[in-house]
Amino acid sequence: MTASDQAQQPVLRLSNITKRFGALCANDDVSFSLGRGEVIALLGENGAGKTTLMNILFGQYSADAGEVEVFGQRLAPGNPRAALDAGVGMVHQHFTLAGNLTVWENIVLGTQALTAPRLRARAAKARIADLSKRFHLAVDPDAKVGQLSVGERQRVEILKALYRDARILILDEPTAVLTPQESDALFATLREAIGLGLSVVFISHKLHEVMAISHRVLVLRHGRLVAERATADTSHEELAALMVGGAVSSPKIAPMPPGPALMRLSRVSSKGEGHAPGLQSVTLTLHGGQITGLAGVSGNGQGALSDLISGLAMPSSGQLEIAGEAITDWSPRRALARRIGRIPEDRHHTGTIADFDLTENAVLETYASDFARHGWLDWAAARAHAEALIQTYDVRCPGPDTAIRLLSGGNMQKLILGRVLETRPRIILANQPVRGLDIGALNYVHTRLAEAREQGAAVLLISEDLDEIMTLSDVIHVISQGRLSPAFARGTMAPEALGRWMAGDGFAEVAHAS
Amino acid sequence: MRLEPIANPGLMRRLAPPALAIAGSFLVASLLALIAGGNPFAVFGAILKGAAGSKFALLETLNRATPLIFTGLAVAVAFRARLWNIGAEAQLYAGAVVTVMLGTGALHWPSLPLLVVIGVASMLAGALLLLIPALLKTRFGVDEVVTTLLFNFIFLLFVSYLLEGPLKDPMGMGWPKSARLISEARLPRIIEGLRLHWGFVLALVSALVLWVINTRTTLGFEMRAVGQNAEAARFAGIPVTRVILKTALLSGGLAALAGFSEVAGLKGSLTLDLSPGYGYTGIVVAMLALLHPLGVVVAALFVAAIFVGADAMSRALGVPSYLADIMLASALLMMVLAILLSKFRVVRD
Repeated sequence: MTASDQAQQPVLRLSNITKRFGALCANDDVSFSLGRGEVIALLGENGAGKTTLMNILFGQYSADAGEVEVFGQRLAPGNPRAALDAGVGMVHQHFTLAGNLTVWENIVLGTQALTAPRLRARAAKARIADLSKRFHLAVDPDAKVGQLSVGERQRVEILKALYRDARILILDEPTAVLTPQESDALFATLREAIGLGLSVVFISHKLHEVMAISHRVLVLRHGRLVAERATADTSHEELAALMVGGAVSSPKIAPMPPGPALMRLSRVSSKGEGHAPGLQSVTLTLHGGQITGLAGVSGNGQGALSDLISGLAMPSSGQLEIAGEAITDWSPRRALARRIGRIPEDRHHTGTIADFDLTENAVLETYASDFARHGWLDWAAARAHAEALIQTYDVRCPGPDTAIRLLSGGNMQKLILGRVLETRPRIILANQPVRGLDIGALNYVHTRLAEAREQGAAVLLISEDLDEIMTLSDVIHVISQGRLSPAFARGTMAPEALGRWMAGDGFAEVAHAS
Repeated sequence: MRLEPIANPGLMRRLAPPALAIAGSFLVASLLALIAGGNPFAVFGAILKGAAGSKFALLETLNRATPLIFTGLAVAVAFRARLWNIGAEAQLYAGAVVTVMLGTGALHWPSLPLLVVIGVASMLAGALLLLIPALLKTRFGVDEVVTTLLFNFIFLLFVSYLLEGPLKDPMGMGWPKSARLISEARLPRIIEGLRLHWGFVLALVSALVLWVINTRTTLGFEMRAVGQNAEAARFAGIPVTRVILKTALLSGGLAALAGFSEVAGLKGSLTLDLSPGYGYTGIVVAMLALLHPLGVVVAALFVAAIFVGADAMSRALGVPSYLADIMLASALLMMVLAILLSKFRVVRD
């Protein structure tokens, strides 16, 4: 059966879906259909409307116009139960599992009547065992979900959908939290699934994955379906151009000799927050004029390291040195005083105060040192500073009196970037600086970071995106379970090799060798 | 039906909540007035007349508004920094106790320095009283709603003990009542012959000062930042714990001034019924004012007018003056709802 035959018998058809949030049109007249045994990739930048579209399909939102048909039946809008009953299963970007329950309990949750005296465990487990064998989804049904790795949790999510007889699987950015190896295992499972007649909608903004797994690619831009291609007939470059509506460029990192060591961590350990691991005897040196990339799957100690550098946490053991000086007293304000610029991971909750206007957010770190005398604020100077930042860093906004929550993520990040760079920092912590940004803003941020490097700043770039790390970094470390790999010079490591470190393999070898 | 956030609420939408809340409370009161056998128009007319219909009535309203401005400011400054001070009642009594301790003959000074010292000492007492829950919050994460609320009962019982024991007026014929302040320790009247004391002016000045602090100083900026998003504030280098403690000192001090002003300006001595819940009513005042210091003055005048007017109305028309409590309670409830609706719009699916 060819791809065009498959498309003739759609298991799923979306017709003219439109969804508005206030002035924003998240989906604008989107139509497509999905054939049996087909994988379509929904490609688009963050904010292009992919997740909204899938939430409509799954019944979490109801569309302003248009309808959804599953196996020829019109789906009642705004009702996830109806979608589940019709055979649609969704694996969300953020998992929806109860950590204190076991795998099988999580899977069964909601499928048996609440009034039943007890859950029928044996039948359920047998069914789960059968499913995991058929789809190569190895998990222990009696394990507590809280103790599983992220990859295993995703398998549970998929099993959950399969257990409910899903014939159509929707996967929202499934590889965002996986190592390359785990992603490969996921793809193997998906191939198994389509062999058994399931259909898959795969949401992503990673081009190589889309090329690897899908039959057809739909490109969304600003809520509109701008292109549809058979994967076999398209290329990486074409998809990238379609996604952003223009050519893509990334800054050139010209080789230059490393500058002085500006920050040194010597066998630093620190406590993690909640379930996240802390640092375990981490030794790291940041040189001026270098971008040091920190690769790793999220939640492996990146938070602890960035808290440490931002001044929020002290090492519980080991030594932190800045420009050759050992640090004993540490706080965000002291970090700022030592000219550490910080771009936090969460720009909405940590980097800015949503209801504060641009002026207030622009001076959030410097109001006391630069815009106040004897406790009196100079708002005129602060406003002028904000206006200068808006100009210099191309922050698109109505003006400095706008509440920052009204800005797009990219413009918010430009303001934070400006706030950091205007202090001429010697050390820059950039934690996931481009997550969720469109290509335009992404390139802007990367270019500015590369400029700061050229001017002699030491940049620590933390990212889950291996491509980003490999493109920008002079030196790469991998972090896993709070442990730091040795430094790898630019271009010396293949992605697969880094992936093994990300999965924690390399560390064992080092321990073995020593 | 569900709620969608509104991107940028305009001025009208921001001013709508208090207006709607007050209108709503009038509506509820009208229904109850009807049930009680009164004509709503006559009832509200009588309230208005009772609150502002004569020079005496107006002065009474201003007098009643004075402690409410102080407690309203105390609550407003704390809530703005998300420090939930429910204990303004206790802090008010702390100020009153100190006023009596220093003003009944312990110090024999000329009037002005004596009043300044008593005022400052009262503020310190109120500030320290709120510092305890604030420290428990910042050190151990103890919920200050619970601690400040329970402190009210503890402190009122403590005052009761004082009035039966150490502070009991020997000439009081056995009543639980303190001795009277010496004349130098009394806040004088603004104009001789008119029953309005300088406490009212002090309240207005306090509101102005707090407004300047909020808008012009680093502390005001820090308090708002901590209230809006403590995590971002901490990340940006704002000393969050210290800001919370400073807020507590300011809030407790303002609430204590209510006690100082009531004893030194109006009553002249301390009894257990000094405050008919001014500390709690301060919460309503602050909420109606949307935590704005100048709004607190307006809201306090409004609330005082309802109370004073309702007493007069009750005497004239026989409708119970509990109507005033119901109006305030319904205004607060509707305010909470109206604030929500001013930030969201209802969308029908």
